Amino acid sequence: MSVNFGPHRLVVGAHYGMRDWLSQRVTAVLMALFTVLVLAELIFTKGPIGYTQWAGIFSPQWMKALTFTVILSLLYHVWVGMRNIFQDYVHPYGVRFVLDVFAIVWLVSCAGWGIQVLWRL
Amino acid sequence: MSESATSTAKKRPEFYNIGGSDLISYRWPLASIVSGMHRVSGAIMFFLMPFVIWMFDNSISSEISFDKFTSAFNVGMLGLPGFIWKLVALGLIWAYLHHFIAGIRHLWMDTHHEATTKEFGKSSAAFVMAVTLGLTVILGAKLFGLY
Repeated sequence: MSVNFGPHRLVVGAHYGMRDWLSQRVTAVLMALFTVLVLAELIFTKGPIGYTQWAGIFSPQWMKALTFTVILSLLYHVWVGMRNIFQDYVHPYGVRFVLDVFAIVWLVSCAGWGIQVLWRL
Repeated sequence: MSESATSTAKKRPEFYNIGGSDLISYRWPLASIVSGMHRVSGAIMFFLMPFVIWMFDNSISSEISFDKFTSAFNVGMLGLPGFIWKLVALGLIWAYLHHFIAGIRHLWMDTHHEATTKEFGKSSAAFVMAVTLGLTVILGAKLFGLY
């Protein structure tokens, strides 16, 4: 049997916190790079930006796939953040549970809407 | 749990995370303000997320919906004048900028151990505030057509 104590203690995969901490940072970097990409597309667009130019940024298939991933990143990033806020300021477990469920419903609904908008373009 | 274990546990001091009342009594140096605003800006964007997706939907779906999107800010929407919606957008611009730049500060401190000093904490917090508020003013002036 493999050793899972002492220096070999398993520190991921059981809500020790490493997974959420790291995924919040990885999703943050991904969203930051996406922001820079969209800004660059806007800056290097010649002339005034109307509907055609704006929608054109999101129309290539690779951009849709990337934006889809960014929406999922946002979903997870905000979930970790809101859960942190609730854990810090809302101590009664019942209230915190209701707020957690509210945050999940809110975020999944928003993500679904965003993904629908994206893929029907 | 046995009875003796319960009574021992009761005598121990309990340390919770900070609560709402602690927020007022704490000292607020600049780094704390940036940290607190990171949370506030995140929460603002969480609650305004349906508005953000409404903007994404209308700006991208068709020419007609694009006009609906722009007229919300120029004419108004839901009985509220355009400048109210511009203020909401400006709030989002500030929240995104602050969250973005303060987030980079966090990532920098995560990856640069030498940066986790009291001095760097203060100077980088001042940098975050200056850049965020500066860009918010510049973009806000553009949003309200001042240039």
